[in-house]
Amino acid sequence: MDILRFITAGSVDDGKSTLIGRLLYDTKQIYIDQLEAIESSGRVNEDGQVDLSLLTDGLKAEREQGITIDVAYKYFSTPKRKFIIADAPGHVQYTRNMVTGASNSNLSIILVDARKGVQEQTRRHSIISSLLGIPHLVICINKMDLVGFDETVYNQIVEDYKQFAKKLNAKDITFIPISALKGDNVVDRSVLMPWYNGPSLLEHLEQVPVSSDFNLENARFPVQYVIRPHTHEHHDYRGYAGKVISGTYRKGDKVTVLPSGLTSTIKSVELGGKELEEAFAPMSVVLQLEDDVDISRGDVIVKEEENLEVTKEFEALVCWMNNKPLKPGAKLLLRHNSTETRAIVRQIQYKVDVNGLDNILDADQVQLNDICRVQLKTATPLLLDKYEDNRANGGFILVDETSFTTVGAGMVASITHESELNYMI
Amino acid sequence: MDKRYLDYLDQLEAEAIHIMREVAGQFQKPALLFSGGKDSITLVRLAEKAFRPGKFPFPLVHIDTGHNFPEAIQYRDELAERLGEKLIVRHVEDTIKKQNLSEAKGRYASRNGLQTYTLLETIEEFGFDCCIGGARRDEEKARAKERIFSVRDEFGQWDPKRQRPELWNTYNGRIAMGENVRAFPISNWTELDVWNYIKRENIALPNIYYTHERECLVRDGKLMAWSDFIYRDPEEEIVTRKVRFRTVGDMTCTAAVESVAYDVDAVIAEIIESKISERGATRIDDKLSETAMEDRKKGGYF
Ligand SMILES: Nc1nc2c(ncn2[C@@H]2O[C@H](COP(=O)(O)OP(=O)(O)O)[C@@H](O)[C@H]2O)c(=O)[nH]1
Repeated sequence: MDILRFITAGSVDDGKSTLIGRLLYDTKQIYIDQLEAIESSGRVNEDGQVDLSLLTDGLKAEREQGITIDVAYKYFSTPKRKFIIADAPGHVQYTRNMVTGASNSNLSIILVDARKGVQEQTRRHSIISSLLGIPHLVICINKMDLVGFDETVYNQIVEDYKQFAKKLNAKDITFIPISALKGDNVVDRSVLMPWYNGPSLLEHLEQVPVSSDFNLENARFPVQYVIRPHTHEHHDYRGYAGKVISGTYRKGDKVTVLPSGLTSTIKSVELGGKELEEAFAPMSVVLQLEDDVDISRGDVIVKEEENLEVTKEFEALVCWMNNKPLKPGAKLLLRHNSTETRAIVRQIQYKVDVNGLDNILDADQVQLNDICRVQLKTATPLLLDKYEDNRANGGFILVDETSFTTVGAGMVASITHESELNYMI
Repeated sequence: MDKRYLDYLDQLEAEAIHIMREVAGQFQKPALLFSGGKDSITLVRLAEKAFRPGKFPFPLVHIDTGHNFPEAIQYRDELAERLGEKLIVRHVEDTIKKQNLSEAKGRYASRNGLQTYTLLETIEEFGFDCCIGGARRDEEKARAKERIFSVRDEFGQWDPKRQRPELWNTYNGRIAMGENVRAFPISNWTELDVWNYIKRENIALPNIYYTHERECLVRDGKLMAWSDFIYRDPEEEIVTRKVRFRTVGDMTCTAAVESVAYDVDAVIAEIIESKISERGATRIDDKLSETAMEDRKKGGYF
């Protein structure tokens, strides 16, 4: 049994909450007391059934406004998998929530109302999923009951979407006709759409391969904490605690510590005081090295053979998440894995039109929910990968220097290495 | 199957360890809030995995309502002793005396509300900047949107509008003076995940988690452990039943469920069968209003 993390997106009223409610209900994850609480709130839909969408609505303020304004997490499991749903709202101005939910997802479910077809928000959510590097997309054409379960309506929407999707950098797109309300093709295959031969949504979610979503090629181990017991038994023990965010590590591997560039050999790989043969992403372990090198939080242990370089200058796509606009010259804190450093926005190159993927060149100011490409320079050197090459080492957050709130999410797009910089001088 | 395949429990464990180490790396004075319940017992096991052979970079802190199950208290003391870790206990009783607080009386009297005062006092006394807790997002709707690093103001208050977006596995623990953070390493675990982990790790729990005979007060169709702490209406019946507890909180507001589950496998089977969620089964105080939990969170309760 493994874990699939997915996000659900769609315009308001496309049936996202109903779909999640349906998945939870049909996999028997809704408890009697939760149903009672919903029944007692008195909301039933046209069919006189309890409103399943209430299961996913969260906080009081939102309930009063009648819209979901934040990412809520839901859980269910089948004998095959544990599922973690990031439920991101479909409201126009909430790109920030979708980006947040998408950052950890392996799969994105995008709902399309069969009566309306591909909408601006369908494109927006697909583009965001693709920018955030989500490997699997599932386009659910919902409310098929309202179009008489008609195959031609479905085929037309699939065609339209495929036309648009040529622009996307999406590897795996699946289409499924469903009725979230009636349950067709959600958990069980629909008898009313015999023309559709594919799996139900749940079957697809259970099958989609996720282990290959972890990068096992490029070994990256950001040190979070140094374990020094200072006890009699472990007098000289020094363990570097961290998470293998990508790649694999074994005893005897030759490693380099960045940014210092010092080299050593792995003496042992441990978890909870027990030695392991190998650690691979996404395991949290402790590494001991043969040599007494100076390592602290924020350093990264990599394989010597990869010949990696750190950098202070790079370009990134940034989703801006603050009410105050982002301007060229802005100084911010940047957190990348276990490193925190100061950063300056040297230039805003362009804004990305998330409705059509065109670049908008005139961009001196970036507003909340905008996605833009920027040039950044940091105070300390970082070991970065391009986001599209290694999602686990290509993402970072930007933090306001005075309020300390998280104001931006960044994805590394291109890197200028120190050696190239010197060469340019 | 691929040799490099990480089972779901290993993935959850790896994530929780990573979060605990971020707490250790980002904060000056963290603490682990330990209630004696299965979720905080799980946290302690995760802390061992995160920091052994070193010591925990934080003490265990227990806010004792004075109405705890004696079994849980005994377990707490033995655990701290066995691990050789520091345990700090602060009592709601003392806060009531010191701050001259009045206690609620009657059927729904509980010290849960007052626990918040003691917690805030303790945070101030030791200058804790981050408290690790065992809350999970599947417990309740209001928790479903909780962050893994949740920023609180100096009154411990939680403002849903001020919550920071949390991306990838990057946790922003930067805070202003007076603020502190609650960190929830097992946010993504469900009740069943916790039990499966307890089974896999062979963790001993206080015996009240398993079936035993007990005198219970029947209240609103629920079974409350009968003790000196609990107020009884004359018409409320006392019965003897085979029960176990799904959560182990304050005796005045934690209900038992009828059960014959005598070991971890039987409990797991029961949870898979069960149709009532953990909070619904056991917390009288959540019933009081549909948004009870949310209101308590805003007030600084966990
Ligand atoms: N007929 C029909 N109605 C649906 C279907 N899915 C959702 N709805 C209805 O569409 C409305 C909006 O659904 P909701 O789940 O709240 O949408 P959300 O805003 O995307 O979360 C509700 O009245 C649902 O009952 C469906 O498959 N068929």
